[in-house]
Amino acid sequence: MADIETASPALESVDAAEPESTGPRRMVLNMGPQHPSTHGVLRLLLELDGETIVKAEPEIGYLHTGIEKEFEVKNYQQAVTLTDRIDYLAPLSNNLCYCLAVEKLLGLEIPPKAQWIRVLLTELTRLNSHLIWLGTHAIDIGAMSVFLYCFREREEILRIFEMFSGQRMMTSYFRIGGLALAPPRGWRQRVKGFIDVFPSRVDEYEDLLTKNRIWIGRTRGVGKMTLEDMLDLGITGPMLRAAGLKQDARKDQPYSSYDKFDFEIPTRVESDVYARYQVRIEEMRQSARIVTQALEGMPEGPHTADAPKVVLPEREKMKTQMEALIYHFKIVTEGFRVPEGEVYQAIESPRGELGYYVVSDGTSKPYRVHIHGPSFGNLQAVPHMVEGTLIADVIASLGSMDFVLGDTDR
Amino acid sequence: METGGAAVMEVPAELQPFALTSKFDRGELTVEVAPERVVEACRECKGSLHFERLSTVTAVDRYPSEPRFEIVYHLHSVSLNRRLRLKARVSGESPAIDSVTAVWRSANWYEREVFDLFGITFLNHPNLRRIMMPDEWVGHPLRKDYPVEGYK
Repeated sequence: MADIETASPALESVDAAEPESTGPRRMVLNMGPQHPSTHGVLRLLLELDGETIVKAEPEIGYLHTGIEKEFEVKNYQQAVTLTDRIDYLAPLSNNLCYCLAVEKLLGLEIPPKAQWIRVLLTELTRLNSHLIWLGTHAIDIGAMSVFLYCFREREEILRIFEMFSGQRMMTSYFRIGGLALAPPRGWRQRVKGFIDVFPSRVDEYEDLLTKNRIWIGRTRGVGKMTLEDMLDLGITGPMLRAAGLKQDARKDQPYSSYDKFDFEIPTRVESDVYARYQVRIEEMRQSARIVTQALEGMPEGPHTADAPKVVLPEREKMKTQMEALIYHFKIVTEGFRVPEGEVYQAIESPRGELGYYVVSDGTSKPYRVHIHGPSFGNLQAVPHMVEGTLIADVIASLGSMDFVLGDTDR
Repeated sequence: METGGAAVMEVPAELQPFALTSKFDRGELTVEVAPERVVEACRECKGSLHFERLSTVTAVDRYPSEPRFEIVYHLHSVSLNRRLRLKARVSGESPAIDSVTAVWRSANWYEREVFDLFGITFLNHPNLRRIMMPDEWVGHPLRKDYPVEGYK
């Protein structure tokens, strides 16, 4: 599970500055990078006094792939495919945020149907992500069966994604200017069939956990943090809401027609692992509400913007109209130029504030793209959260953060 | 477009003394401050302007023009539902700027990332080490003169 080391080079340098006074027998435990509860490759250097953590030091970067550099050599539309790979549990949230940022630079107006489909699929992404979180979080703490229940529903969501985009995970379904393809035949029945039963499935998870004595014992009062500390340390998303702050970009700075939907922002005040669990469970119910509303009120119309220089023409037009052929050739060979400027677009991803900072120099490739992944901000608070607690609580605390290392390391 | 009530249209009075230039574009306000006054400006933003959160710190490499680096801070006020972008330019010759970790602790990792990928030194930073790349790595990948493929 974890290697026990007597000394570690990374911690030694940190240690050199402080006096050895905390106790006679301090041990350094190297948790990860291959520890199952770190969900990816996170290395935690824990300095222990008995079972109490004296000092924790997260080491990240194992999944760093230089995606931000890669953006600079792709044209704007090609770069959509990179965004899937950042947070691989919420690919559509990343697609959406990037597209919104570039559309803001272009000043593009997206037709209502595309916006509503975007909302619908992003909320399904939230469900997908929360289901994986719940399943793995529960398995870490020892509740095996929840995992199997969650993955049953997740599978159906992935099938819906596959139906829309042809891909289960790396969807790239949202494109600059709208959607990649028209929604497939029969999608309504498929989504309806899923979303009608989903609330009862959430009840099932709750039956297994909410009043489970072991679950409560392992999560209540664990991983507490004050709201001030959280804001200062860069935490966003469900963790803030579990500390009583009603903050959600979908309400505060509505994007993609979220202002037209009726939903609540769940909050709790306890700010412990259990409260975060409750917030995310309630978020699943609210997301299901949004999906139902999107399904019922889906506007008619085109699924891409009326912008021939940005959006690829229909196949039929391309074969019959000279102009469409020219635009097609231009878009495929060169891409489209984006006016000079810079924007920061923030959305509410399942994990918190996801932000894309896109700088354009007027060419067809982004000059610079910076991604603020919510996991990066959240993970930073690990030492603050676990120092002084017991080692067994680290697993619960880490699980309640719901981080994705791809999102952290980029 | 869809910035909601989040936009600050013009430079707030408290920030006026620090602002070198400012720009309101696409619903977002950018204020440029002198690099040596960035900590003061940030403290003012956090204190009297209620920007409790630092969303991100990043940099833009304007190679080969000078000053080469723009260091960009995205601020977020949760209580007032506002966002603001601060910018400071530093030269390409041993670039350095004061760290804002004393104002927001979250700047710790954000600045480490900029240090790692752009090679900009943050003075008075508590733990300025590489964060993404291995410790023994040579070069700073997000600089414009760093190759995308292969080794130089």
